[in-house]
Amino acid sequence: MSKKVPQEQYEKTISYKFRQWLNGSKDPYLDTVEMKPQVPFCETESERLQREEENQQLAKKVYDLEHNAEIRLFGKMYKVFSVIFCLFLVTMLLIGVSYLPTFGHPENPANNEVSERYIEKGLQETGAVNIVTGMILDYRAFDTLGESHVLFIATCTVLILLRLDKKELQKSNEANDRIYEPKNDVILQTAARILVPPIFIFGIYIILAGHLGPGGGFSGGAVIGAGLILYLNAFGFEKTEKFFTAKTYRRLSFGALACYSLAKSYSFYTGANHIESIIPLGTPGAILSSGLILLLNICVGIVVAGTMYTFYVMFRKGGY
Amino acid sequence: MTVFMCILLGFLVLCAVAASFSKNLLNTVLIFMSYSLIMSVIWILLESPDLAITEAAVGAGVTTVLFLLTLKKIHAIMKTEKDMQPEREPSGQEGEQQDE
Repeated sequence: MSKKVPQEQYEKTISYKFRQWLNGSKDPYLDTVEMKPQVPFCETESERLQREEENQQLAKKVYDLEHNAEIRLFGKMYKVFSVIFCLFLVTMLLIGVSYLPTFGHPENPANNEVSERYIEKGLQETGAVNIVTGMILDYRAFDTLGESHVLFIATCTVLILLRLDKKELQKSNEANDRIYEPKNDVILQTAARILVPPIFIFGIYIILAGHLGPGGGFSGGAVIGAGLILYLNAFGFEKTEKFFTAKTYRRLSFGALACYSLAKSYSFYTGANHIESIIPLGTPGAILSSGLILLLNICVGIVVAGTMYTFYVMFRKGGY
Repeated sequence: MTVFMCILLGFLVLCAVAASFSKNLLNTVLIFMSYSLIMSVIWILLESPDLAITEAAVGAGVTTVLFLLTLKKIHAIMKTEKDMQPEREPSGQEGEQQDE
């Protein structure tokens, strides 16, 4: 039994507003937040042709395809070698997979022995109360080293893509930066002054207590990185560059990754050769316990915090 | 606890659908942030606080900030008028005229 409602009354209902909002025809932020209406990208046929022609001329000028035999050879060899490399990689991986036990078989070691040993002897062997940290930083520390390197490579890629030259940066610095930075915003600055110290302390606590409770290097580093971003937004680059520049980031991340690799190769060496490790495990539950896990947590935390901050700076300014 | 979990999961599905169907980029980013926040509460209910901390810091914090920064870079969010006064850029002026 539905009855027909007049148009004006219908426009006031929630379902109508929700549909309008979903279709994007009315924007609830348009009058309150400074929002630019999105315009579809349109281009006439002549403009498109002209752009393509310019691109082709540029490519011809740069590569000089008709006269340069080396580049032609490189183009052909590139295709051949990429196919060969892919086939090689696929074969290697398939051979590796064929040695693995059958997926989902109840007799697999991952289903009985491994998890049993981790749970029963984890505390005794690693000294970490938090069994998850004991697993990822002791039994499976090689995976975590790979994760840190993935983050490092991601930063390198962001640096390559977004970094500006020093001259260009100086030219565009002032003009570019003021857009993204609320200059001397009192509310933001007061909030940051109150919030940033607890955020830093919480992050440091998460890193240092990673082997005692929930947390660890990655989450603590992310919290500290978020705190650094908040501080930068409130007070600008002048304040942050007093203690964190590109040079600091380079040194910190290199030092942390090298420290991680050295510590981990030591423990792999002693573990694989049945040599007694000289690092004591300590009493479980104390801060200075569980061997190398605390050091590794600190290293991962430093790398992650620096990476988060550098991502933000690269996105915003393109160098610092 | 099960009822609370069901409500949260319903919100999660709603957020995921709304984030992909919303036509406005700023709305999408904000919905995505609330998605991460609900997800971190669900991680706590699933008894994995490690993941909850990471999800809250990375998903709701850093990713959202990077998204908002990108929206500003591609001029999808306008500058405020106070920021406009010291310098006037050609790209910003057009948007302001459209608004007023």
